[in-house]
Amino acid sequence: MPKFTLRINKKTHRINIDADTPLLWVLRDELGYTGTKYGCGRGFCGACTIHVDGEATRSCMTAVDNVDGAEITTIEGLSIDNSHPIQKSWISEEVPQCGYCQPGQIMTAAALLDRNADPDDEDIDSAMKMNLCRCGTYDRIRKAIHLAAKEQK
Amino acid sequence: MSQDFSRRDFLKVSSAVGVGLVISVALPYKERLVAAGVENSFEPNVWIKISPDNKVVITLAKSEMGQGVKTSLPMIVAEELDVDLQKINILQADAHTNNYGSMMTVGSRSVRGGAWLRLREAGATAREMLVSAAAKRWGVRPESCRTENGSVFHDSSKRSLTYGTLTVDAATFKVPKKPQLKDPSQFRYIGKSTVLIDTPEKVSGKTIYGIDVRLPSMLYATVVHPPVFGASVKSFNDREAKKVPGVKKVFKVSLGLAVVAKNTWSAFKGAKALEIKWDNGNFNMDSNDISKSFQDLARKKGVVAREDGDVEKAMKKAKKHMEAIYEVPYLAHATMEPMNCTAHVLKDYCELWAPTQNPQGAQRKAMQLTGFSKDKVKVHVTQLGCGLGRRSRSDFIQDSVEIAMNVDVPVKLIWTREEDMQHDFYRPSTYNLIEAGLDEAGKPLAWNHRVVASPLRGGSANTLDRSAVDGASNLPYDIPNIYVDYCRSDLAVPVGYWRSVGPSQNTFITESFIDEIAYAAEKDPFEYRKKLLKNHPRLLNVLELAAEKSGWGKKLLAGHTMGIAVVEDKGSACAQVAEISIEQSQVQIHRIVCALDCGQVIHPGIVESQTVGSVVFGLTAALYGEINIKEGRVVQSNFHDYPLLGIHEMPDVEVYLVDSNDEPGGAGEPAVPPVAPAVTNAIFAATGKRIRSLPIKSKDLKV
Repeated sequence: MPKFTLRINKKTHRINIDADTPLLWVLRDELGYTGTKYGCGRGFCGACTIHVDGEATRSCMTAVDNVDGAEITTIEGLSIDNSHPIQKSWISEEVPQCGYCQPGQIMTAAALLDRNADPDDEDIDSAMKMNLCRCGTYDRIRKAIHLAAKEQK
Repeated sequence: MSQDFSRRDFLKVSSAVGVGLVISVALPYKERLVAAGVENSFEPNVWIKISPDNKVVITLAKSEMGQGVKTSLPMIVAEELDVDLQKINILQADAHTNNYGSMMTVGSRSVRGGAWLRLREAGATAREMLVSAAAKRWGVRPESCRTENGSVFHDSSKRSLTYGTLTVDAATFKVPKKPQLKDPSQFRYIGKSTVLIDTPEKVSGKTIYGIDVRLPSMLYATVVHPPVFGASVKSFNDREAKKVPGVKKVFKVSLGLAVVAKNTWSAFKGAKALEIKWDNGNFNMDSNDISKSFQDLARKKGVVAREDGDVEKAMKKAKKHMEAIYEVPYLAHATMEPMNCTAHVLKDYCELWAPTQNPQGAQRKAMQLTGFSKDKVKVHVTQLGCGLGRRSRSDFIQDSVEIAMNVDVPVKLIWTREEDMQHDFYRPSTYNLIEAGLDEAGKPLAWNHRVVASPLRGGSANTLDRSAVDGASNLPYDIPNIYVDYCRSDLAVPVGYWRSVGPSQNTFITESFIDEIAYAAEKDPFEYRKKLLKNHPRLLNVLELAAEKSGWGKKLLAGHTMGIAVVEDKGSACAQVAEISIEQSQVQIHRIVCALDCGQVIHPGIVESQTVGSVVFGLTAALYGEINIKEGRVVQSNFHDYPLLGIHEMPDVEVYLVDSNDEPGGAGEPAVPPVAPAVTNAIFAATGKRIRSLPIKSKDLKV
């Protein structure tokens, strides 16, 4: 079985696993990073979003052999104490309902803020529209992104 | 197990030195769970435990699935108990040997239906006993004491004692039969938004959902269920599946074929590699066949759901007749967290970790399958990644327990999204014949509504399925002659409770048809409804509030139109106005104005988010929701063909809550039903075309 070196949340993990295994299941089953969620397995819902070299990436569609050596960040590594501006604004706007999609929402929003410090509604729509939320928390997500941008200034 | 004890019978106090005061209030079953069809249940229990170190533990016997019970229910207890909400500890109840009453979390019934009062009494009872203990110790009258933040105070002597110091004494007092409850003006928490107890862990990714459970030596599993409803496994070849690295075992379970592996991906890959021959049974209908079968059933009279006056006679007198056919499709729940459960079955003990709305149902299912007694089966309830009614069923529990019975370590079962979508208990598809007779002034004299649907509650051919007619048989309008009946269809397509249940479909029909009548009578649809709701002040009030806040009747932007709808559901009243426009045969939803009277609001922030969420849920159904059946199986499989509303399609949603100290009503469901008719009524105002089946199709939008 092939060996991979994964850099996750600034830690190095060496694992033996099938090369086609999606990163999602490596994170969840092999390494215990369960904050990253399985929603659809086909890149439609965004619940599995993580950062690969700073880019919001669907971990369910990313085979482990594509990220060997890359810098991976999961929700657990975004901050250790909810201190990331997006996490802070998510708390003050009380965004989550069931919360299941929220790690994916947060990771997508954090990547958006990284490349666009002051996104307008259209920017938010185009960055976030593939992150589905069955509870319908979209209005609070929008508010929280604006708030985080404001606080970051 | 249904029993109706008086509250007093349930109040028991026990104390042991060092353990502290434990007051258990088992909450008696009060009325049938009308909306959700849960029979013979008890209302929930609540346990208050105060330790000598001033630790307050409140047990939560309901499942948290985003509706906020983890904050709102302890708030109610903490309010009357007078403890600091931010310092209480919440214990999620297991289904095991303790009697919590029904833990079923459905029908917007966690607060309403008597739980509100009994939770308050649970808190007030404890508080009164603590006050009595302090008063006795000081030699003063209890009335001269007050409580705040977990302490009893005697202001005139400037003395105080914490609850923790009084636990043993307090337990020696008699349980007050009728504890003094706070006047709403004294509420410190209730009616105000506080920080949600579980938000920070959700934002950090630390919340443990069912799918996140990890146990030592655990294996992973998935199940392939027969694509055709009612089918079964005839034979299978697992040679290729077993070649998948990590696959350990393949075997039949009652509902399909299980693959056990060392991780989820191997299990999924193994499942894909299985060659299965199905015995497809005799169900091979398409959606069109189903609709035709409903049409046939509608030709005969059904079971009477409501009969006011004499509809036949009144129809003869009417000056104008109207009739229409309305249809709604099957809908999937599509919770973001697919069905899953972790089970460990030992020789004489079984433990489950389950994201379930029905922990005791899960326990019963496991007892049946293992043959173990109740004390040998424990169900831990995890956070739920949405419930929506889907997780009140125990089919995935059955898969999980049967798998674990074949494996000697704990096993986490995860369904693929495709299995989840194609093996749901769908919101029933229905077919409706509806007619009305109006007098010369356009007032309705008679209303006749026939609902054809599969039952949610079993029963026999002549049983009225109350869930199927909820929202139809309780039509609120003052019409002298009303007849509603129900024709039962028995099909292999499994149906179940779906957020707001009956009203999710019937309100679309009744609120569209009353709109049709208003237009036929050449009246404003808001004014027309108003006249017919004179005797329903609550509904009238929300209707007027929604109209006022939306600017009903005022000039709109060019191309914009409005539609209105109102409903009484789960003890609450909700009216909505939708403002839309049609652009290139697509409906654009600009704004939904929602007025909700759910009685006393516990936590306004939660009610607001539940209401907005309900609007999104209702809009998703109106615009996209459709499960089609082809040759006996579900066509849709994932979010590409069963889409959900996205952030870019989110309209402005305004929520107006009616200020009220009335008995609380439901908050998680009543804003679902009015969305579809408010939108389709607005579409009619724009196009003159009446939409009588959902979801809205672009061909219906051409002017």
